[in-house]
Amino acid sequence: MMDQLAFGAVSAGLLLSALLVVSTRNLVHAVLWLAVTLVMTAVLFVTLSAPFVAGIQILLYTGGVITLMLFGVMLTRRQDGTRIEAEVSPGRRGPALLAAAALFGVLAGALSKTPKLGATTSTVTPTEAIGHSFLTDNVLAFELLSVLLLATMIGSIAVARRHDHAAETKPVGGRREPG
Amino acid sequence: MALSPYLLLAAALFSIGVYGVLSRRNAIGVLLSVELMANAVNINLVAFSRAHGTALGQVFALFSIAITVAEVVVGLALVILLYRSRRDVLVDAASDLKG
Repeated sequence: MMDQLAFGAVSAGLLLSALLVVSTRNLVHAVLWLAVTLVMTAVLFVTLSAPFVAGIQILLYTGGVITLMLFGVMLTRRQDGTRIEAEVSPGRRGPALLAAAALFGVLAGALSKTPKLGATTSTVTPTEAIGHSFLTDNVLAFELLSVLLLATMIGSIAVARRHDHAAETKPVGGRREPG
Repeated sequence: MALSPYLLLAAALFSIGVYGVLSRRNAIGVLLSVELMANAVNINLVAFSRAHGTALGQVFALFSIAITVAEVVVGLALVILLYRSRRDVLVDAASDLKG
């Protein structure tokens, strides 16, 4: 009973904040609503007896991604102070709503036709089991992930760094200064 | 508690993300909606992990979280590059490659 109450409260909050993420006009507010969504998801992970994933979710998503997104929003503001109007294009709202509703209908229909989804067990997975799985069965994916992170780091620096002083007005890869 | 409410919630969150990707004009808004979709998938993975009683779903969710963070970093670098060359980040205005 308590389980269902907690699930209902968390899912209502999740749906509300997710709707605000896609409908708020101010992009900074949308990022902050995404932070609310991600924290609520961490709470949901705790109710699913996955506390380690919840902690990682808070650390990486709420700590890292939200900070990055805020930086991105503020770096790409118009310099003359005018707000970017029409963040949501009105002509595209109807088709987008239709596509999303159709997708949800297909998913919910498939879910209702699925014969019997077993009830969830209540055993908490120990963090030790996750670490063991990382270093035995999934060690190749684990090592590949570190290569991916290195490639991401180098790639994003290479893409976003300024190539010369005139890069703001010229296309990227323009004339470099000698030396 | 049964598994299907979690899957239904994840489906709803994923659909909201699809709506955001299709309707936002700002590239960062599109990235935010992609985050919502990835988050919905993680809920599915953790819910299945609990239903099976093994740690494998949680391991997948952790991989997925790490890969999503890498994707956001590259995406934001591209958005900053787009802003630097065009002075705006509207996805429908960046049609220079359109034939």
